[in-house]
Amino acid sequence: MTYVVVDPVTRIEGHLRIEAEVDGGVVKDAWSSSTMFRGIEIILKGRDPRDAWAFTQRICGVCTTVHAIASIRAVEAAIGAVPPPNARLLRNLVMSAQMVQDHVIHFYHLHALDWVDIVSALSADPKQTSALAESISDWPLSSTKYFAAVQKRIKDFVERGQLGPFANAYWGHPAFRLPAEANLMAVAHYLEALDWQREFIRIHAVLGGKNPHLQSFLVGGMATPVDLDSQAAINMTSIQGLRDMVAKAKDFVTKVYLPDLLAVASFYKDWAGHGSGVGNYMAYGEYPEVDQPDSPLYLPRGIIRGRDLSKVEPLDPAKITEVVTHSWYGYEKGDDQPLHPFDGETKPNYTGPEPPYERLNTDGKYSWLKSPRYDGEPMEVGPLSRMLVAYVSGNARVKELVDFALNHLGVPATALFSTLGRVASRGIETVVLAEKMTGWLDELAGNVGAGNLAIHDNSKWDPSSWPKEATGAGFHEAPRGALGHWVHIRDGVIANYQCIVPSTWNAGPRDGAGKRGPYEEALLNTPVADPEQPLEILRTVHSFDPCMACGVHVVDARGREVSIVRAS
Amino acid sequence: MARSESWLAGELKRRGVSRREFLSFCAVVTSALALPKAAGAQIAKALETQKKPILVWLEFQDCAGNTESFLRAGRPTVADIILDSISVDYHETIMAAAGHQAVAALDKTVADHPGEYLVVVEGSIPTGAGGAYCTVGGKSALSIAREVCSRAAATIAIGTCASFGGIPAAAPNPTQALSVRDAVPGLKNLINLPACPANGENLAALIVYFLTYNRWPELDSYHRPLFAYGKTIHDNCERRAHFDAGQYVENWGDDGHRYGYCLYKVGCKGPVTHQNCPSIGWNSGTNWPIGCGHPCIGCAEPDFWDKMTPFYAHLEGIPGFGLHSNVDRVGLIATAGVAAAFAAHGLVQLGKRRHDARFQPAAVPAPPASEAPKGERS
Repeated sequence: MTYVVVDPVTRIEGHLRIEAEVDGGVVKDAWSSSTMFRGIEIILKGRDPRDAWAFTQRICGVCTTVHAIASIRAVEAAIGAVPPPNARLLRNLVMSAQMVQDHVIHFYHLHALDWVDIVSALSADPKQTSALAESISDWPLSSTKYFAAVQKRIKDFVERGQLGPFANAYWGHPAFRLPAEANLMAVAHYLEALDWQREFIRIHAVLGGKNPHLQSFLVGGMATPVDLDSQAAINMTSIQGLRDMVAKAKDFVTKVYLPDLLAVASFYKDWAGHGSGVGNYMAYGEYPEVDQPDSPLYLPRGIIRGRDLSKVEPLDPAKITEVVTHSWYGYEKGDDQPLHPFDGETKPNYTGPEPPYERLNTDGKYSWLKSPRYDGEPMEVGPLSRMLVAYVSGNARVKELVDFALNHLGVPATALFSTLGRVASRGIETVVLAEKMTGWLDELAGNVGAGNLAIHDNSKWDPSSWPKEATGAGFHEAPRGALGHWVHIRDGVIANYQCIVPSTWNAGPRDGAGKRGPYEEALLNTPVADPEQPLEILRTVHSFDPCMACGVHVVDARGREVSIVRAS
Repeated sequence: MARSESWLAGELKRRGVSRREFLSFCAVVTSALALPKAAGAQIAKALETQKKPILVWLEFQDCAGNTESFLRAGRPTVADIILDSISVDYHETIMAAAGHQAVAALDKTVADHPGEYLVVVEGSIPTGAGGAYCTVGGKSALSIAREVCSRAAATIAIGTCASFGGIPAAAPNPTQALSVRDAVPGLKNLINLPACPANGENLAALIVYFLTYNRWPELDSYHRPLFAYGKTIHDNCERRAHFDAGQYVENWGDDGHRYGYCLYKVGCKGPVTHQNCPSIGWNSGTNWPIGCGHPCIGCAEPDFWDKMTPFYAHLEGIPGFGLHSNVDRVGLIATAGVAAAFAAHGLVQLGKRRHDARFQPAAVPAPPASEAPKGERS
């Protein structure tokens, strides 16, 4: 048995550590730990609830926007503010743009180097690369000359002898399976995607002033005025600019990202048999379609349990709890007591080894993440969960694309419950949402053209319009999965604030009953050719798209001072 | 006779420079330095074999917003910088290696190039719990920062968290988070690029400045480069004329909001915030918060999470302010007295309010009771 430690897990957001037992060439057991903590919920106590979105947005700068939206929804629910239709549409555009950009960056810049061998690209034949590219897509950047130029650039880079971020990696590992030409094509698209993401995300600057950390959110609406007759508002110039950016995004996603994904997946079909995980999938749902409190969501809410694709179970937020059995926190009535977020309490209690350390105490507490559970069960969240719930709920476009992908790869539906399934569903979701953006843009343009210019519910802005005591929950589907914020407002300020974040669901440690979290479960039976080079472990962990700064938080529901207990 | 092209020849070709032009350049340099003619060939060879400067990027109590912001840089692009100009030997968000291979890459750089590499630090550094609030590879952020920054040629603290402590250090600072300056005292060549996140264009410009002149730009007393933080937002704001004329947004979505009036009354902290947002904008100059319709939150300033909140409470202390004042005079007085008045009075008041248990959020004028947001101009 070899004990493997991967710390830092790179090409993620935040600080993740994986410890695993590898025996007979496969992972026999695994532990997932987040190694960083800030305490943002403590920091929120006593502050103006209208400021909370700006604070919580800084939980993460990769999935920027998501915590701002969840926060605003929680406060709006508490105080009874109702954002007008234009605000709903502006938010749908902001959220879907985030999803599309984030997923593309994840595939190329975070995940690709687990599947693509850059060194192998150097021995590719540019002419055959061109033939490959043109066989899978009509994307115009596909000539022999183009790929030869990319190859030359990489060759010159390597010849200078300083490999920078590509040094000391796993090139030549036996688990790399792509032919040299596919590697060269992928490297070219890695570079194109770097340019594409910079251009596309200008949508966020139009709608939110800047990215990262948009600055147009308001409790009750948005701060971006709309007015066809003003140069200081969203007008026809901006709408046309947005249309152009959305069109280019659809082009790139359908002609580069999805074809690349399917091409790469076709060489790694065995990964449909690895990384299965807990088999429970949860989605809060997203993209309200109309302007009423219980609006239908374009990507629906629901739960699929035990890989049973015959039905979607309704989601009851009252069944969400967290324990801290294996987390560096303490609960007054016992760390195994499942607590709902409104009753949540947390005091950081670091009992781990004093740094520098070699190993965590995995029998005890070993992570800054808590263990969220739904009805006592671990739940996987993310694009796979959303696509499964949408498929079973009858979303036609999702069904069409999922069936297409399964047919193209020649694999059964059960292939979805895997590392490969997560990668494929992320790409499918990106196409689906890129296509939806045009409709919301059209609806916004229609509203503005009809003279409906409201962007904010002014009636609930002033704290004197709020009840003395108010609680509210805000739900959102972030790129990595289901996100919830819970707020308690008293006398106009925040009395209590709680977040349960997608990567907490996915990357959290074992609970009081010893049930593994989704990462830990998904790593079981992962083949490991060389324990010194944990490439295969990275493939499955990366398929979840970890975002660790998000996952960790501290809440003190009763507003008590935090105290730290050191292990003696 | 075919000769395989060197990396430099490839790079020059990409930039449209012929080999003849390049050799001519080397000759000019030779002559300017009053070296013998033969030195021209040596200079050409030296440039061809010159190593790229080395940079390592550390992330601690961060949200990765600065890394993402750097990916948005367009002038030059991050691909150009990483492939052509700088050797980024360590960056956890983008590097291929993980675990002990990644740690080894960092250790090797520090061991092989002491005093030569640049280090960028993103995120604050916690000192509570014996450093266990942030560990990488089993080591505390504090120990890594001290080891790597103390041996660097220069340290760039990117973002407000690294520059000033940022959000983890906001009251009550649960993890005893520190800025780079406070966590590693006595660093030479420390440059702060605050903001939340920093504007990627400013980091790109800073790196190119160093590559071009082999020195660092002039800094203010907070170690911020003057080329990016030398003026307040208010100095360059496109809505300044509205401030001076007394035209303000009163309620979100009102006529003034749609016309692009000044956001002072809804909380703008532009008068007390230093950064070049109005000049260069964000995301390839597409827009910026005030241009979008939301006030500045002062994110480039120390302790802004405590000093600039509530974000929607307006700054106090403009002398002579009032609707019936001579607006020209008010504008002039405000401009002249802005820094002193706000710093002395406005900010202190805001900071005090944050910890006052009886604190009431600043009263923003409530909309007239019978008026729904108008769809048309009256």
